[in-house]
Amino acid sequence: MLAKRIIPCLDVRNGKVVKGVNFEGIRDVGDPVECAEEYNRQGADEIVFYDITASYEGRGVFLDVVRETAKKVFVPLTVGGGIKSVEDIRETLRAGADKVSVNSQAVKNPKLIKDGADIFGSQCICVGIDAKKIADHKWTVYINGGRVDMNLDLIDWVKRIEQLGAGEICLNSIDADGTKNGFDIEMLDAVCKACTIPVIASGGAGKIDDFAEVFEKTGATAALAASLFHFRELTVQQVKKYCRDKGIIVR
Amino acid sequence: MTAIIDYGAGNIFSVKNALDYLGIESRLVSDKESIEAADSLILPGVGAFPAAMKMLGSAGLVDIIKEQAKKKPLLGICLGMQMLFEKSYEFEECDGLGLIGGSVKKMEATDLIIPHMGWNKLEKLNDCPLLSGIGDDEYVYFVHSYKAECDDRNIAAYSEYGGRVPALVTDGKFVFGAQFHPEKSGETGLKILRSFGGLA
Repeated sequence: MLAKRIIPCLDVRNGKVVKGVNFEGIRDVGDPVECAEEYNRQGADEIVFYDITASYEGRGVFLDVVRETAKKVFVPLTVGGGIKSVEDIRETLRAGADKVSVNSQAVKNPKLIKDGADIFGSQCICVGIDAKKIADHKWTVYINGGRVDMNLDLIDWVKRIEQLGAGEICLNSIDADGTKNGFDIEMLDAVCKACTIPVIASGGAGKIDDFAEVFEKTGATAALAASLFHFRELTVQQVKKYCRDKGIIVR
Repeated sequence: MTAIIDYGAGNIFSVKNALDYLGIESRLVSDKESIEAADSLILPGVGAFPAAMKMLGSAGLVDIIKEQAKKKPLLGICLGMQMLFEKSYEFEECDGLGLIGGSVKKMEATDLIIPHMGWNKLEKLNDCPLLSGIGDDEYVYFVHSYKAECDDRNIAAYSEYGGRVPALVTDGKFVFGAQFHPEKSGETGLKILRSFGGLA
């Protein structure tokens, strides 16, 4: 059986990790390549780089980060942020990413999912979704970092994404994000039941048991966290050991 | 020198990165002479079987690979592993390199997600030099929708996913195939590549 994946996410701006990092033994705490290497040592099953650079110059620096990481870290790399076209996907994969994550742009131009899947294969197209609860068992999709409500029903969007050929969904709960109260179990469960592609749980992880809970109560195949790992409140290996002790299959 | 055969299909750069990291001298090659001169060969591949065989054919490399695989170690990775077999049924019946007996068929599992994508455990079946130093609880990274069907004696290790999925195969001599991506399988994958590098 496939192991459940634990995925640390690094937000990068102008080639530097945005959130402060407290890793021991790292020269430059803001260096995303060194952070990725540390996560690799901790047993991360995949590493996500999210580019929050706004400028064209920053994009080049970001792709250099991906290129350098791919020379030192030999687990799958997913790269998101700023991907607007098939050309952007090609450039990102060439830099050494194994998958790209598209979010706002996929909502604005769903054809990007289909074109990307047709050309590069579904396995490298991950669609990121930011969603928020609006009523009982009802959620809508937001874009631009959770700032703009698209009045798009989450479950409808999930089904559409799957039809377009997405290989994976990374589902972030706006309600849970930053609360540290655990993943949004209700929303994740609804999405996992509405599609057959793998779903990565994102947003809300605050303590070790949150990871076991999301795997026990939903069909999520992976769990992602950023600040929890950045600030070393938990290491990837602690999370994996805890899950393993609970009978969850992890690498 | 290990020749990474570059015929236009696949993520050759991650394979190159991994060999560089391990200090195994390698080159991306696409001509017969370099394949002949190499000490070992790696055949990568991503995409569809018929298209990849066609590209290998139009590069004029089919016969030279078949010939050289009798004298020096060859490692096929992912689609490159599938191409080692006699036939594939991906879209259409298509001949492979025929270096290992067996064929490649669509994975069928009613309650499982296809593609088989993610980390799965290597279950050792037969002794193989590439499994040197690999323990009983090691995982490797897969991304594929088709799987090999071959004799047990050719399977060095398999993974469980709706039945046995041949993961590491061999002809028992010079030919090896990894259905998973050793270049994306962390320390376990690097150990396997290091063992392969040591064969030449």
